[in-house]
Amino acid sequence: IIRQKIPKKKKTYYAAHVMTPLLSAPGKKMAAVQDAPMELDAEKETKPEILSDGTSNLSGNTASGTLSSPPLTAGGAPKQEDQQTLIAVLQFLRRNKLTESVEILRREACLEDQEDSQTLDGSGGGKGDGDGGDANSLLSRVSIASAAAPQSTLTPIPVKSEYDQPDVSVVLSAYSQQGDPSLYQVYYSSLKNFIESVLDCHRAELSQLFYPLFVHMYLELVYNNHENKAKAFFEKFSGDQECYYQDDLRILCGLTKKEHLKGNEALLDFRTSRFVLRISRDSYQLLKRHLQERHNNQIWNIIQEHLYIDIFDGMPRSKSQIDSMSGSFAGETRREVNKAKVFYGLLKEPEIEVPLDDEDDEAENEEGKPKKKKTKKDSMGSKSKKQDPNAPQQNRIPLPELKDSDKLDKIMYMKESTKRIRLGPENLPSICFYSFLNAYQGLTAVDFTDDSSLLAGGFADSTVRVWSATPKKLRKVKSAAELNLIDKESDDVLERIMDEKTASESKNLYGHSGPVYGVSFSPDRNYLLSSSEDGTVRLWSLQTFTCLVGYKGHNYPVWDTHFSPFGYYFVSGGHDRVARLWATDHYQPLRIFAGHLADVTCTRFHPNSNYVVTGSTDRTIRLWDVLNGNCVRFFTGHKGPIHSLAFSPNGKFLASGSTDGRVLLWDIGHGLMIGELKGHTDTIYALKFSRDGEILASGSMDNTVRLWDSMKAFDDMETDDFTAATGHIHLPDNSQELLLGMYHSKSTPVTHLHFTRRNLLLAAGAYNSQ
Amino acid sequence: LDITNAKMTEREERRFAEVPRESIKLMAESTGVELSEEVATLLAEDVCYRLREATQNSSQFMRHAKRRKLSVEDFNRALRWSNTETVCGYGAQDALPFRPLKEGELFFVEDREINLVELALATNIPKGCAETMVRVHVSYLDGKGNLEPQGTVPTAVQSLSEDLLKYYQQITRAILGEDPHLMKVALLDLQSNSKIAALLPYFVYVISGVKSVSHDLDQLNRLLHMVKSLVQNPYLYLGSYVRSLVSSVMYCILEPLAASINPLNDHWTLRDYAALLLSHIFWTHGDLVSGLYHQILLSLQKVLSDPVRPLCSHYGAVVGLHALGWKAVERVLYPHLPAYWANLQAVLDDYSVSNAQVKADGHKVYGAILVAVERLLKMKALSLTLAAEGGCAGLPGTATGAVGFRENSLGLSPPPEPLSEPPLGIASHLQAGGAGCPWEEWTPVSLPAMYCELYSFFGDSLAVRFSTDPPLGGAPPSGSRQPLEGRKEPASGAPNLENTRKMPQLTASMNISPRQDGSPCMEPQPPSLAATVPGRSLARSSSSSSVSRSRSSSSRPGRSTSQSRDIFPKARFPLPQVGPPAFSFIIGGRQMGRRCQGRRFQTSFTPTPPLTTLPPRAYAHKLPVIGRVSKPVRRWTCSHYSLHLPL
Repeated sequence: IIRQKIPKKKKTYYAAHVMTPLLSAPGKKMAAVQDAPMELDAEKETKPEILSDGTSNLSGNTASGTLSSPPLTAGGAPKQEDQQTLIAVLQFLRRNKLTESVEILRREACLEDQEDSQTLDGSGGGKGDGDGGDANSLLSRVSIASAAAPQSTLTPIPVKSEYDQPDVSVVLSAYSQQGDPSLYQVYYSSLKNFIESVLDCHRAELSQLFYPLFVHMYLELVYNNHENKAKAFFEKFSGDQECYYQDDLRILCGLTKKEHLKGNEALLDFRTSRFVLRISRDSYQLLKRHLQERHNNQIWNIIQEHLYIDIFDGMPRSKSQIDSMSGSFAGETRREVNKAKVFYGLLKEPEIEVPLDDEDDEAENEEGKPKKKKTKKDSMGSKSKKQDPNAPQQNRIPLPELKDSDKLDKIMYMKESTKRIRLGPENLPSICFYSFLNAYQGLTAVDFTDDSSLLAGGFADSTVRVWSATPKKLRKVKSAAELNLIDKESDDVLERIMDEKTASESKNLYGHSGPVYGVSFSPDRNYLLSSSEDGTVRLWSLQTFTCLVGYKGHNYPVWDTHFSPFGYYFVSGGHDRVARLWATDHYQPLRIFAGHLADVTCTRFHPNSNYVVTGSTDRTIRLWDVLNGNCVRFFTGHKGPIHSLAFSPNGKFLASGSTDGRVLLWDIGHGLMIGELKGHTDTIYALKFSRDGEILASGSMDNTVRLWDSMKAFDDMETDDFTAATGHIHLPDNSQELLLGMYHSKSTPVTHLHFTRRNLLLAAGAYNSQ
Repeated sequence: LDITNAKMTEREERRFAEVPRESIKLMAESTGVELSEEVATLLAEDVCYRLREATQNSSQFMRHAKRRKLSVEDFNRALRWSNTETVCGYGAQDALPFRPLKEGELFFVEDREINLVELALATNIPKGCAETMVRVHVSYLDGKGNLEPQGTVPTAVQSLSEDLLKYYQQITRAILGEDPHLMKVALLDLQSNSKIAALLPYFVYVISGVKSVSHDLDQLNRLLHMVKSLVQNPYLYLGSYVRSLVSSVMYCILEPLAASINPLNDHWTLRDYAALLLSHIFWTHGDLVSGLYHQILLSLQKVLSDPVRPLCSHYGAVVGLHALGWKAVERVLYPHLPAYWANLQAVLDDYSVSNAQVKADGHKVYGAILVAVERLLKMKALSLTLAAEGGCAGLPGTATGAVGFRENSLGLSPPPEPLSEPPLGIASHLQAGGAGCPWEEWTPVSLPAMYCELYSFFGDSLAVRFSTDPPLGGAPPSGSRQPLEGRKEPASGAPNLENTRKMPQLTASMNISPRQDGSPCMEPQPPSLAATVPGRSLARSSSSSSVSRSRSSSSRPGRSTSQSRDIFPKARFPLPQVGPPAFSFIIGGRQMGRRCQGRRFQTSFTPTPPLTTLPPRAYAHKLPVIGRVSKPVRRWTCSHYSLHLPL
């Protein structure tokens, strides 16, 4: 059963890969394909769904009028990718004998004359850029295929009858050109000897080769049914690998049969994506010379085909420099990937200014406060009036208009922020701990509203519970019949519509059919999102405490979801390895962010709502542009799955925490790692910057909350041009200096952290008696 | 196939568990399939791999559930997502014993048979699966830890350690046991212990046992005290247990307890105490359960309107309403009074011997109603005054009433002056909350109208109690004898501040003294006078009118019985008229439960000239009515004032 089913899963993924670039292509293209007859069973299940995904995404974009205003194609590079992708789609259709669809697609995409040149695209596979992960992985398939069957990319590749999944065999076929299996150990150890004998400065760099070579050689042996040789190979060399690859090795060691390889998505991804290494030119030359001298073709082939070596000029990097950046499942970041411009600045808030002054006047008069404060506020306002040069255009992403209630809330926010405590190393925040007691069912996710008035918990028993964190109880809106009786003219109509009888401290929301892994409040506190193992994201009304929409699309567990800071949009990520961007009024996603090699474990919106960041089990972080769906930043360096992400309030920095117990700090503008905070001994599930960004709080499974001096961390970073250009960072080991405090909870893992508007730190978690 | 085993052995050399081909062959045989060696080997390897893969996948679910321990549930989810049948029947939290069979090399998971019938009929249904809740505590103020040791267990958690169990046993034993001193200690601890949250459901369960000990006043009392201690414990979050506690307390207030069959049992006091407790729970924890107030009112009203219920139940309903504040009285009791009056009057008018006991009960009810409506009138008048005054001067009476309530435990020793005391000890406390209570307004009946109607029922007794405007200072500072003189002076005028502050204390401590509205020698107060009262008297709020009553009675002794109502025609206390009056009274109030030590006071009045001129019954009828003490009252019944005890 497994053998049959797993490929199906793979198919979804594959199709998702295909889809993403399509989102940025003009609409309608895929519509025709929908009618095409399906031949293979597996496709029948997955394909229509995904295609309809695509079409409705596109139509959604145009129909909504919100996201469609910006141009959907952004520049030339994506266009070229589009072509490549289209070719890949064509190829796929052809293989499945969907000739009619092929014709239509070709006609519509005007591809006739380009077909001949498409094999050239294969060479483009190695050249990475923004949308790297998905497009390139696809292209590498194409290129592999072309290597296997030269000049015949467009002729259907003979489909092995027992597999309903051609791409797998395409990928694996690369292994068929084998050397003598008994010599693998010799090859490897000769390289090992060589690397160990070179100068220290090169050794560190060349050691990076060990892991990818080891994996590829092992898989090659497995693929060619040399089970015992594979085992011996593993036994002999697995100990040499870096400790942070233990998880991968564990997967590998169990895998000894070709059949197993076909069902293992992680390793298929390893194949399809090229492992990226960054090596100085000197070291590379050294390696190349060595391999050529020894005629070690086996290894050279692997390096050529499966590795991407990013050669830079200059000094070789040190071991610590390399270690800080490596660890991901796909190697390091290619330098050019992080070169795209990111508008990390905050949006100005022009709409607020006018009403703020008016209403604030009133409010102040009411309270009889002196006018003095007002002038102060004015100055604050004028500061934010200046356009941040790094900020995106105000309407780059269409944002919902502010309602009156939002404006009121902004005013409240301004008022609160004048009372905010200025935090610093000398002035640490007080911490309030919200303990979930008797949470037998298992607390899995927590969120606070921005004003800290509500608290939501997601539980493993599929429920979502909302608590009021203030004495104000939660009330439902009255039923329609009762609402009819209300005097709609009265001033307190908003109060009157609430049903006093339903007042209670907490409300339960029932609807999911699996554990709830993520919850997120909308900024206006009217909605709550929850994502669950059942593959759906649900939108709940906090007025009626009922479910409004179930967003289906992931089809696999959805690990996290997060509302845009302006509402309306939200992002979700799950086991299907893609993150999706949704709008609350569209039941299908607006964007699909594909590229991660493993589950998307956590998702966050940038404060300016133009970007989305995702963390994954593949130990990488990607920043996506909401506008065009491109991956604009790709961060590696974590040694374990990433479980928490947080943007600094000014949008410039990103903090990420993972199962390895480390927090990494990133400069988004430069695309660099700028800090490493070591100390936690277990998975970090919660990260939050204080309201002014001076303090970073991290909460972990190890039952502690730690406060870090993020100001100092940001100030210390080297942002000279050289670092920015080469991407070679040298991290000072100053975790201890940056650690401002460590606070133990009472046997309670910290699931969530939140700074109130006045900078009181709220932590939440379920008490765990074991 | 032991999953955890597989997980654990991953760290070993082999890194994973292996399923030997023998196992595969065995399993195949058990389903009737013959496998060749080769096939079995292949299958075994495949099974191993699939197992590891599923384990690998299941760890995802564990991580996202933010757990450290891989559960069967996680594993099943991984299986489900790879479209494999899940493993059923291993959902238990406990580890499954994996046993070897001695004879052969056979290992198996112990799978005991469970007798479902036994399980279903088992009486030990697991209790205390408390609701999921969120508690907030400030862990670190300005980055510094608070005094509690960090890293310890939070206080409200549902795990019973050995220590807690021991504590539970000892506390319950002490409270329900014989030793009064032990009980006191236990109750005190229960009131202040911050670590007993886990035991709360158990205590609540014990308290719900009131229904089974309704024959034993003493036990009921103890259980009520337990309620009080729990309610007062600032570290306990009662949550929905409030409902359970309230129902237990309501039981004591309203039910015709088995103990009340014996007239010697003072279940009245129990009811008073329970009512007091009810109001306390309501004011302090009422917000935990929505709609609690209305539910309570409803059930009280139901009892009151049920003529089949015994009088003691009605009494409970009345004191319950009274304890809930004057608004409750206004909403429920007042509109109900005309209907109820007929029944009560019938009882009171029946002089047959067989009816004696019932009649006595009737007087109790009468007294309780009187106290309640009096408070109602007063508070209503007060609220009017306050409204008129623009809400300034914020209720000195209620504040001091509360103080008095606290202090009366201390102020017992000096015999406070008996008669200047309002009969509303409970109420004076309760109304501290009552004044600010948030209920919606009941359709207001104007004060004069209300008074008139009530007057039609109670006549003079009401008027007397209500009429005067006692400048509190009128009461002399202290001393047992002073009051009399003080009272004789018509109006000692300028209330000195000190006295006013002390007064409530005294009044509160007096609330058990017997009332005697039935006194024939009460002088009737013209309603017109009464109407003028509120404005003056009620600024003083909770302090009662008894001083003034005495004063007025002494000043107008002549008018005596002629106008008093039929129900109280008989002056049934002829005794006091003869001889030097010895006066005994009981201090009630909060410390009722402390076995009444030192709460009985005896004052003998030397026959001073003014005294002799006064008819002794003048004292008698000043005694506040509601008898509220358990044991002392019994003794007291034997005293020569026994006759008006019923009221």
